[in-house]
Formats: sequence, structure tokens, C-alpha cells
Amino acid sequence: MQRLNLPPLARTAFIRIGSGFFTLFLVSLIIFAAIAVLPGDFAKVALGRSATPETVANFQKSLGLDRPLPERYVSWIGKALTGDLGMSFSSGAGTPRTVVSIVGPRLKNTLFLAAITAIACVPIALALGMIAAIRRNSWLDRLLNTITLIGISFPEFFVAYVLMLLFAVKLPIFYSLARITPNMTAYEIALRLALPIATLSLGIIAHMMRMTRAAIINLLSAPYVEMAKLKGVATRDIVLRHALPNAWAPIAAVVAFNLAYLIVGVVVVEVVFVYPGIGQAMVDAVRSRDIPVVQACALIFATAYVLLNLLADIVAIATNPRLAHPR
Amino acid sequence: MQDKQDPSLAGIMATRRQFMGAVGMLALSASLVGQTSMARAEPKQGGSVKFAINDGTQTDSYDPATWQNSYTQVIFGGTLCNALTELDVEGAAVPDLAESFAPSDNLKVWTYTLRPGLKFHDGTPVTPNDVIQSYRHHMGPSSSSAVKALVDSIVDIKADGDRKVVFTLSGGNADFPYLTADVHLVILPAKPEGGVAWEKGVATGPYMIDDNQPGISVRMKRNPAYHKPGQPYFDAIEFVNIIDVAARTNALLTGEIDYMVDVDIKTLKMLEQNTDIEITKVSGLRHFSFSMNTKTAPFDNPDVRQALKHAIDRNDVINKAFLGNAKVANDNPAAPQIVFAVNPEPIHEYDVAKAKEYLAKAGLTTLSVDLSVAETAFPNAIDAALLFKEHAAKAGIDINVIREPDDGYWDNVWQHKPFVGVDWLGKPTLDSLFTTTYATGAPWNDTAWSNGRFDELLVQARAESDKTKRQAMYSEMQQILHDDGGALVIAYALFMDALSKKITHGKIGNMLQCDNFRMAERWWLA
Repeated sequence: MQRLNLPPLARTAFIRIGSGFFTLFLVSLIIFAAIAVLPGDFAKVALGRSATPETVANFQKSLGLDRPLPERYVSWIGKALTGDLGMSFSSGAGTPRTVVSIVGPRLKNTLFLAAITAIACVPIALALGMIAAIRRNSWLDRLLNTITLIGISFPEFFVAYVLMLLFAVKLPIFYSLARITPNMTAYEIALRLALPIATLSLGIIAHMMRMTRAAIINLLSAPYVEMAKLKGVATRDIVLRHALPNAWAPIAAVVAFNLAYLIVGVVVVEVVFVYPGIGQAMVDAVRSRDIPVVQACALIFATAYVLLNLLADIVAIATNPRLAHPR
Repeated sequence: MQDKQDPSLAGIMATRRQFMGAVGMLALSASLVGQTSMARAEPKQGGSVKFAINDGTQTDSYDPATWQNSYTQVIFGGTLCNALTELDVEGAAVPDLAESFAPSDNLKVWTYTLRPGLKFHDGTPVTPNDVIQSYRHHMGPSSSSAVKALVDSIVDIKADGDRKVVFTLSGGNADFPYLTADVHLVILPAKPEGGVAWEKGVATGPYMIDDNQPGISVRMKRNPAYHKPGQPYFDAIEFVNIIDVAARTNALLTGEIDYMVDVDIKTLKMLEQNTDIEITKVSGLRHFSFSMNTKTAPFDNPDVRQALKHAIDRNDVINKAFLGNAKVANDNPAAPQIVFAVNPEPIHEYDVAKAKEYLAKAGLTTLSVDLSVAETAFPNAIDAALLFKEHAAKAGIDINVIREPDDGYWDNVWQHKPFVGVDWLGKPTLDSLFTTTYATGAPWNDTAWSNGRFDELLVQARAESDKTKRQAMYSEMQQILHDDGGALVIAYALFMDALSKKITHGKIGNMLQCDNFRMAERWWLA
């Protein structure tokens, strides 16, 4: 491959970004193929049990479903690159509904919930992870480990229902529905979102904290840490100044993984707390075979994963110069 | 409605077909289980309430041709709009936007007279042209409306003066006022160039749209110019879409909503103990069947069909699979509250000896059949099928229960496999029930059943104005269907909803869900 005249770090990042886009291209192919083999047919679902074959055929033609698959893929992906995700199948005559108009508000809601949860969770998880690493095998470490193990073990819907029962039904502090409307105050929004955020937090804090702890403990057995210890550096300084800089790569990876999860994996929480997010939109669209919407959601999810992992890789490359010089 | 324990399965089914409907002037108190008969205070105005429905989607629109789920039918059909006629709580078709209707002698021409001074929400008057365009919206060869089959019999609609609309039908139909009460056939403002302007969400109903977020919620406010004096009672209402039944129950318990559709039978006991909550149980038209294709062996032998009809313990299925929340049926799809419905003799009960007798008549000692079900077939259909397997085994019948995927069940299994579980929402009249499902070649005739005498009576009864003669014809048809048909009708479902005691209501209609879709108009604050 031809060497680009760029600093090594930028070049590696550039190559990494290129491979990210290639991954997205492959994913888009898979999405399209997977949806093509779904059982059931939108025209039939939309028209109901009593539709005559002619009505179904008319409808399919009007949606462009009669064109060959490769042609449909090319036109879809070409438009998607320009930000046009097409028209929803639910568009009626005279009432065009773009996929963007259906998915957009839902995506905003999901990103909002994910952002608040992330802002609350990431610092807590990293701090707890470091404390646990510094105080390895102390009672505090054991307590944190036990709590996080429980947090990881319970399925989300169970945690959600338990929180709902305790803090909405028995003690009416928070709400069991997370419906937010544009005219609510910040305080009201906070009250409404408290339980979904708590449900999501439990799982991801636990995951991020355990990975942070493991990454740091892993480094604490390295020779240079041994050296620092022999020099008499305090444990806290060893962790913060010697181990942590080298632990950023695995920590960034687990944070990225959890942020992606917050965007694509919160369907259960959305359903239980009736929060109109994108996961719910996708489930809805799959049921009604609204293919353009399903494709758009899947593409958005894939993009979120690829971008966040890309960021994690770039953090890893930036904090570990050796990665910028692949052999 | 299905029961919805798995959120990923919640939502619309292709089976939602709607004109369930109406009954005649029977004493219905028997079928209204759980309705208190205490005298109620006079309705009073004011207040606001929230209703939770469970099958809204982000693609729901104001277009009546597309209303397939209960969310659109209750909110848009029953609350935002009116049709020419409506189903009252007794299930009779009574005037709504039309103040009166009258047929010609041969029941082929029907004249409807609009009430004077009717106005849409935006203040424009309602004219016969609005009625004509609203009907034309569902008619014609290119129509993909959910009720196209229903309006196919209308050959002509024309205005007569500024308040009369005249419908000409292809044949006499004594039940036409029930047809015009269908929730899809609501009256919307016509466009000057033809067609109806449904996009604006402007109609004639008791409430007007305040804010509509498809698939999430619909906020509505009282229509001050509503044509029914004194109604509606609430100042403002909101419908919320909550698919998950646990979330719905919690929202009701915490007072975030005041009404929830479809109680989970698993938590029913807990809700019944709550003194702030009323559970309403209404036996409607919806019924569940195991349908056999009468053109496919071994179901092409009437004796085999009879053997299977006697090899199921319906009471056991109701107690275990439906936890007691259904009423036994007798292989007659017509619910008892429908006008002219009868309960044909002999009552089909679980009878191992009889089942074996019928098998012997068919020249068999044992029988092995496949039964296809899915959770979407009807609530707890899989449990029901497994119980049926146990019951039938005692009569030497081996039923192999095949669990089909929910996805595509109505496309690839129903009407394709010979023996399947089916959820029927029912129809308001015997004529519409038989025409859509049991007549030869009918669109939903999943049993492929064809009976000459039945078809002949169907056409005769439709145009017969003498009630006694009509009753005789319909009784004979139900007898034929019960004895020979391919539908093993297990039970009639109950609509089970829960509401806060802060809401009061009169008698609840037992045709369609949510007080015949009209709860927002009929209920008030205690």
C-alpha cells in the first residue's frame, strides 16, 4: 500500500476511518439482505386480511416493491449517503411521510436519554473502578464487586419493574411513565426520566466499573509499576500517573461499547417506561413491515457502533504511540 | 385485541378487522358480567381524564380507510368522528349524524336525513356532498380500504335536497343501518375537487384534536358545538399508547392514567382487590376458533369434523388457558347478543364416546392431525392447543401441535395450513358475519366450506323484511353451520378493562371495545 505523507498518528487514524466506512458498507448490504428475506409482506400487512391480490399488486407497484433487489439497494444506499432515507411505506396519497420525519424525533429522544445517562454514569463508573483497583481486596472493593455483579446479573426489564414498583407504585416519588412533552420544566423531565436512567445506569456502571478495575489491576503487575513501587511512589500516584495513562485504551473500548448500547439496546427500557425512542420505532416498523424505517434504524444503529468504536480506537492510538506504527 | 405479554409482539395484527358489532334488542344483562346495576348519578360536565390503549403505531393516520387497530378506531373513529348511524349500548343501529333513515319496500333504496345545523370542528356545515365523498373514499376498484368489501354493495349515492342522501344497493339489505354505523364510514369534510380532506383531523365528533403524536398520544378538547345535547362530559381527554401490559397496569395504579384497555389476566386478582379500581368485563363478539379446511383430508369428511368437535373440553380450555375469562361457545360463530342468533342443538360438549362413534362412522379407529398455532393466533392459543391435544388423546385422536412463528402467521399459515387457530373480532349482524366468512368463496372463508342451501338462504334472508321469516332462515343457517361447518368455535372472549373509580359510566355496550368505541363521549367524572 502506498505510504501517505502524513504524520504516523494521522495516517493510522485515516486508515482506521476508511475501514470503518467499509464496515458500514458491508453492514448496509447485510441489513438489506436480511430484510429482503423477512417473512410477510408489507402490502399484505398494511391492507389487512381481506385485500384482494390485485389491490396488493397495485400497492406493491406504487411502493416500488416490484423492482429487482439490486436496483432497490443501489437507489436506497445512494440516497442514504445524501441524508435522504426515503419515504415511509405509511405515506398515503397526498400525505408524504419521510423516514427522517418519523425517525428523527425518536432518535433525538434516544440520544437525549443516552446523553444524560452517559454524563451521569461514565465519571461514576471510572471513579469507582479506580477506587476498587487502588483498594484491591479491601471490604470496599468486595462490596462494589458484589453490587455490580448483582447489577449485571438481573435482566433490565426485571430491574425496571422492581424500581417501578418501589419508587412509583409503593412510594409515589417518581413516575412509571417516562413520557416527556415539549413544555415540561427541567425538574419535571428529571422526575420522569429518573427511573429509566436508574435502570440503564445499574447495568452500564457495573460493566464499565469492572472493566476499568480489571484494566488497571492488569497493569499493576507490570515491571514498570514494580519499579515505581520500589522507588516508594504512593499507591494512588502509581494508579493515576503510571497505570491509568496506559489503561485508557481498554477503558475507552468499554465506554464506547456501553454508549453504543445506550443508543441501540434500550428497547426494553423504552417499552417498559413508554419512552418514545428509536428502538421502539424500529420494533413498530418491523411489525408493520415499514421497510424503509427498519432499514434506516438499522443503519443508524450500525453507524453508532462503528463511530463509537472508531473513537475508542483513535483514543487507543493516541494514548499508545506503538499502535501508530503498525508493522 | 391480543394479550400482550411480550412487548416485541405487541401491536397491530393483520386480523384486526373491525366492524364487530351490534346486537338486537335482547335483554343483555346476562352477558354483561361484572357490571354493577346500582343506580348512577346524573352525568355531570367537567374534568379531564387519560385513557390508555395498547396498539397504536407511529404510522397511524386520520385516513379512515387505514384504521385497522383499536387505537385508531377508538380515538379517531369513536371520538373524533361520527357516522350516519351508531350502535347504542343495546347494540341496535340508531341515528347519529342522520336524524332518521328509511328503506324502500324492497330494501334496496335507503334514504338518510341529516340532522339540521350539523357543523364540522372548523365551523363549516355538513352537507350531503360530504357524506357522498366520505363513502366514495372507500369505494371503487382501486380502493384499498379496510371496508371495501362492505361498501361494494352500494351502487349509487346521491343527494336529494340539502339534507337527504339516497343510497341505492345492488340487492335488498335489511341490515343497512348497521353497515352505516361502521367505524370506518365516518363523515369527513369533502374537498372541492372531490375526495375527503381527512388530513386535517377535522370532523364532527365530541372531541377535537389538540395535539396528536402518532404512536405516542393524542390530546383532545371538548367540541362545544357537538350535536348531542349535554354531551360530551369531560373538558379534555388524552389517549396514551402503552403497549406493555405491566407498564399499563402500573400507570393505572399510580394514577397516571384513569383507564386501561386489556387487563392482564395474570394480575387480575391483584387489581380486583384494589378498592380504587373497577374492572369491567364485557362479553363481546370476538371469538376464538380452531378452523379446519373442509376441502383437505381428513377434514373433508363431516364425521371427522364432528369427532373433533366432540373431542375438546371447552370448559377446561377456558379455565386453564383463558383463566376463566371467556364464555363457552358451541361451534356457532354468532355471539348470542346478535339479532337472530340462536344456540343450535345438540350442544357440542366433550364426549369421548361420541367422538369415537363419529370416528367409527368415518371408518377410522384412530386419527392423527396437525394443528398449527402461534401466540398471535389468539391469546394463549398454544396452551389451548396443548389442552385440546390431551382431551383428544382420550378419544384416540392424536393432535400434533405445531408452533408457528408469530411473524407472517396471517400471511403464511392462516388460510394455508389445514387446521389452525384463529382470532375473530366478529361482526354486528349475521349477514355480515356469514357474507365475509362462511359463504362460498367469501374472502375470509378459511374453512373453504361451501354449502348450497346456506348460500341460498343467505341471499334470501338479507332482503327479507318479515322478522319471523328471517329468524327461521337464520336459525336454519346456524344449524347447518353448527352441524357441518369447519370452524370449531371454542369460546367468546371477554373485553376486560380496568378504570379508576373517579370515572363513572352507564351500561357498557357489548359489541365493540371501549363501550362500542364511544367511552369518551358516554363516560363522566364521578
